[in-house]
Amino acid sequence: MTLELKSIGKSVGAEVHIHPTDLTLEAGSFNILLGTTLAGKTTLMQLMAGIERPTSGEVWFGGQNVTGVAVQKRNVSMVYQQFINYPNYSVFENIASPLRVARLPAAEIKKRVGDMAELLKLSAMLDRRPSELSGGQQQRTALARALVKDSDLVLLDEPLANLDFKLREELRDELPRLFSDRNCIVVYATTEPTEALLFGGNTATLMEGRVTQFGPTGDLYRQPNDLVSARVFSDPPMNVAPVRKTGSEIVFGGDVRWPAGERFQSLADGEYLFGVRPHHVTPMRKSDAAVPVEGRVLVTELSGSESVVHFEINDIPWVSQSHGIHAFDVGASATLYLDITEAFYFDGEGRRITTAAPQGH
Amino acid sequence: MKRVSWIVPTLYIILLMLPIYWLLNMSFKTTNEILGAFTLWPRDFTFENYVTIFTDPTWYMGYVNSLLYVSFNTVLSVAVALPAAYAFSRYRFIGDKHLFFWLLTNRMAPPAVFALPFFQLYSAVGLFDTHIAVALAHTLFNIPLAVWILEGFMSGVPKELDETAYVDGHSFWGFFLKIFIPTIAAGIGVAMFFCFMFSWVELLLAKTLTAVDAKPISATMTRTASTSGYELGLLAAAGTLTIIPGAFVIYFVRNYIAKGFALGRV
Repeated sequence: MTLELKSIGKSVGAEVHIHPTDLTLEAGSFNILLGTTLAGKTTLMQLMAGIERPTSGEVWFGGQNVTGVAVQKRNVSMVYQQFINYPNYSVFENIASPLRVARLPAAEIKKRVGDMAELLKLSAMLDRRPSELSGGQQQRTALARALVKDSDLVLLDEPLANLDFKLREELRDELPRLFSDRNCIVVYATTEPTEALLFGGNTATLMEGRVTQFGPTGDLYRQPNDLVSARVFSDPPMNVAPVRKTGSEIVFGGDVRWPAGERFQSLADGEYLFGVRPHHVTPMRKSDAAVPVEGRVLVTELSGSESVVHFEINDIPWVSQSHGIHAFDVGASATLYLDITEAFYFDGEGRRITTAAPQGH
Repeated sequence: MKRVSWIVPTLYIILLMLPIYWLLNMSFKTTNEILGAFTLWPRDFTFENYVTIFTDPTWYMGYVNSLLYVSFNTVLSVAVALPAAYAFSRYRFIGDKHLFFWLLTNRMAPPAVFALPFFQLYSAVGLFDTHIAVALAHTLFNIPLAVWILEGFMSGVPKELDETAYVDGHSFWGFFLKIFIPTIAAGIGVAMFFCFMFSWVELLLAKTLTAVDAKPISATMTRTASTSGYELGLLAAAGTLTIIPGAFVIYFVRNYIAKGFALGRV
C-alpha cells in the first residue's frame, strides 16, 4: 500500500504550519523526516495519520482517497517522543489495547501480545503498570502497542529522543530488525542527521513547514538540492561563506583563492555561496588540494577522540570537526584546511550548482 | 534538646483538639451541667442527647436532607465540570480564556448576593424547599471550582495520550470513559472533595431555600432555643455528628489530596 500526499497543506488561522507538500511513500519503505524542532515533522505525521485534517490537498492510501477518513478507521499506529502509555492499564493491556478495540478473540490477543513482548523484552513485566517501568521499557511498551496490530503505516515521532544514550543506541539497533519482515510504511522523525544516516532508507528534509527534498538518504546527504536541505542535513552546521568566481579561480575573503577545477570551469563569473561540512575543515592538511585559511579560535570542544573547533574568518563563524585532539587557545589565530573537493557551491537563490556529475562524499 | 522536642507538637495538638474535645464533652452532659458548672469531663454522663437526635425526625432528617443535596450536588458538579474542563484543556476557541475567567468570577461574590434571586426564582418555578434547589444553587459555586481543578489535572495529561488512543482505534467516548477518567482519578477525587466540603459547610443558601422538607442539619443546629428553653447538650451532640461525614470524606480522599497538591492546581 502506498501513501500519497497530494499537495496537502495545514494552516491554523493565518499561520502556515505545512506548505503544500507532495510526497509518495512506498510500502515496506523506511522514511525519515529530518528537521529541527518546529520544522513541522509532527504536524506532517498527524496529517499522514489523520489525527489532523489538512486545510488543503488530499491524502491517498493504497489508491484510495482517505482525506476525510477518521484516524480510528485507518490502520495506523504512532509512537511519540514522550513515553505515552495508558497509565491505568497493565503493560499487557496496553499492548493488547488496539487488538481489544478490534475485538479479536482473547486467545489470539494473548498470543500476539506474548510474541510482541518477547520481541521487545517485556515478557517479565506484563503485569506491571507503565509507571513502574524504566523509560526504555515504557517506550518499548509504546512500540509494542504500535507494532502488535500490523498497521499499514507506523509513525515514529522522535521515539528515541527522551532516552538516555545507551538505551537510545540499543533501541536504534533493534528498530530496523523490528520492521525487516513487515510490509508497512515506516515514517521516523528525527532532529539528528546522524540518526538518518544510520537508518538509511529515504529521507525528507523539512524546514519551516516545507519539505525541501526527498530521496534516498545517502543521495540526499551527498547531493543536496539546495542550501536549506544541506543545512538541515549537517550537524554540526555546515559552513557557508560567500565566494566569487573570477576566471579559473574561486576567491574567498579577498586573499584565499583556489582553482575552480574542471567541474566549475564553465561557470559564469560572479558571486556564489560556498558550503563545506565541518569534517572537511581540518587542522591537519589531508591532501595537496586542501586550501589553508586563517581564523580566530572562539571555542574548542574536545570529546574523547574528536575535536570541534569553532572559529571565525572575517566575522563569519566556522566549525571544524576532526579526529584526534587538537587544542587551540581561545582567541589564538589558527590555520585550518578546507577540503575544497568536498565543497558545494550554491547560486544566489540557494540552489546547488551541478555542472558535472557529482563526486563521492 | 531531644527530651523536649515532643513538647511543641503535643502542645499544638492539644490546642487544636481543645474545641473538638469541648464539643464532645458537652454532648455527653445535660444542659443543666453545661450551664451550671465548669467541668472538664461529664459528671452526669448521658447519651440522652444522641438518643433524641436519632429518634426525633426533625433532627435526624436534617442529616438525611443535608447528605442528599450534598451528594447530588457533588455528582452533578463533577459530571458537568468534566466535559467543560476537557474542552478548556484540549481546545482553543474564541474567548476560551475569558470564559474560563468568567467561570471563576462566580466564586468571587458571597453566597448572600444570590440568596434573594434564588429564593424568588425557585419559588416561582416550584422548586422551593426541595433538595434539588439547594443542590442546584450550590453548583453555581462548585462547578467553577471543579472545572478549575479538573482543567489543571487534565492539562497535566499530554494530548498525545488522546491521539494514541484514537490511533489505536478507540472512539472518543471509549477513550474518555475507559482511559482518560481513570488517568485523572486523583483530580476527580480532589474536585469531589472540594465540592462536598463547600456544599456541606454552606449555610446561608441552604437555609434560605428550604423550610421543612429539605431543611439541612446546619439550619436545625442554629436553632439555639426551642420551646423547652436552651438545649445546649443536644446542639453539641448534633455538632459532633456533623463533623463525622467530613472526617470520613477526608479519610478516604487523603491520598488523592496529597497527590492533588503535588500534581494539580489545588
